[in-house]
Amino acid sequence: MNGRTLAIPQLSLRFVPVWRRNQLVWRKLAIPSMLGNLADPMIYMLGLGYGLGALVPSVQGVPYIVFLAAGTICFSTMNSATFETLYSSFSRMHVQRTWDGIMNAPVTLDDVVLAELVWAATKACLSGLAILVVAWALGLTHSPMALWILAVLPLVGLAFGAIGLCITAVSPSYDFFMYYFTLFITPMAMLSGVFYPVDQLPGAFQALAHALPLTHAIALARPLFLGTAPEAIAPHVAVLAGYAAVAFYVAVVLFRRRLLK
Amino acid sequence: MPAPSHGESAPPVLAARELRKRYGDQWVVDGVSFAIARGECFGLLGPNGAGKTTTLRLCLGLVEPDGGTIALAGRPVPRDARRARATVGVVPQFDNLDPDFTVEENLMVYGRYFGLPEAAIRARIPSLLEFAGLAGRRGARIQTLSGGMKRRLTLARSLVNDPELVFMDEPTTGLDPQARHLIWDRLRQLVAQGKTILLTTHFMEEAERLCNRIMIMDRGRIIAEGAPRMLIEREVERHVIEVRGDGAAGWAATRAPALASRVERSGDTVFLYAADPAPAVAALESEPGLTYMHRPANLEDVFLKLTGRELRD
Repeated sequence: MNGRTLAIPQLSLRFVPVWRRNQLVWRKLAIPSMLGNLADPMIYMLGLGYGLGALVPSVQGVPYIVFLAAGTICFSTMNSATFETLYSSFSRMHVQRTWDGIMNAPVTLDDVVLAELVWAATKACLSGLAILVVAWALGLTHSPMALWILAVLPLVGLAFGAIGLCITAVSPSYDFFMYYFTLFITPMAMLSGVFYPVDQLPGAFQALAHALPLTHAIALARPLFLGTAPEAIAPHVAVLAGYAAVAFYVAVVLFRRRLLK
Repeated sequence: MPAPSHGESAPPVLAARELRKRYGDQWVVDGVSFAIARGECFGLLGPNGAGKTTTLRLCLGLVEPDGGTIALAGRPVPRDARRARATVGVVPQFDNLDPDFTVEENLMVYGRYFGLPEAAIRARIPSLLEFAGLAGRRGARIQTLSGGMKRRLTLARSLVNDPELVFMDEPTTGLDPQARHLIWDRLRQLVAQGKTILLTTHFMEEAERLCNRIMIMDRGRIIAEGAPRMLIEREVERHVIEVRGDGAAGWAATRAPALASRVERSGDTVFLYAADPAPAVAALESEPGLTYMHRPANLEDVFLKLTGRELRD
């Protein structure tokens, strides 16, 4: 790897036309895409929330479905960013060769990767927002504080979008993504407090949970959903932003190594 | 940059000097120098793996060279490649049109990558579609287009920024003869409009028809350069006689050497190269078991002489 491969990404607003390209494709398929993004988390939230919730008196002083809702918002945002940067980005990079076409124009790889990240975060925010709207409609929250979740969602989208791009950059095929889900996304969903509080975990797992970005997303979103301010905002924000920044840099380096040779 | 050898005084649109690129311990581009003047149609030929596509990618600034210098549209590449590409169009070897978009959306979205205002792109679309013979297909989905139409749309897309120089990487590979002739016609129109074209191709006929100058590469090096007619005159005998038949191999071994300056065999065909075809033709007339075809030498003969007949995969 030479100096040019490792250089700090050079970013510019030229990523915007690439973002708009992805947005135009999405607009054509928006209704099925949104329904697909919504259906899965909604089934979990309503099924577990009301079904399992009937057996659980309350969690942290609220009905189980209310507890679950904030976790579902973050989980859904994470999944949306992950699917977009794995399957869709891989398809644009490798299968359709869309990136090759873009890079023949005066747009650099760094800006293409930035566009992919910002687009994935955009889509992720829409997914999280959709769950929030449904939770609001079901009366699971009434607090204006819950609107602050909208400020958390971009961070979640950027962090998981950037991590997903790292995986895409080294992936030989779609099949490879299964490892990422099995080894990272699914265990994280169990460790990060989506379905039950992190302090239910044995000590060693709690320590591991605090290293995971989803834990910090939920640590911000859950109190906001319940109408209170999170205890410590800055550390959680810092962890999410750190994941986003470092993973983005790593993704750019890996994409340069893969494509600019 | 010094003026190119054919004596234009204007600076070249693209100039490469001592270009080198290595993958592992293999030099895929090994000391390549050339300059393309404004308005030229320059052909880059070579067998598979000769280094053509890598040379194009180097010139576009998509690959870091291991040595040498490149100036594209007067700008150093790769350092200033992004801005240099603003004046360049590219027809890639593999279609990468957006399958989710219509014909028109493909042009609009691509034009935006150049930072062009939407009104300007919109104003340009009818003439681009007209040029590509797609005037009635504005709203058509990409999946509904034939291979030839996709290629023409890719050509139209490469012109959305009104480039000075168009890179074309095997633009007619996989097309039927009708579609190929249409692309050739459009390339001639572009040259007539004063555009500069850098064309890579496997089709010697294509290069001979379209290019005013060609460069043949093999194993990363330039092995010949010049006008097609001049290369044919310089590198091969004027006449070629192709001989087939049951006894062709034996005849080639015994009689042919005295009748031609060079004899080559490829499969069941014997090729005789001669400045004067009369003795060979006369001899073949008295060989009832052999059929033959006498034709003028062409660029393919030059290519095969210089790069050999063995397969390159």
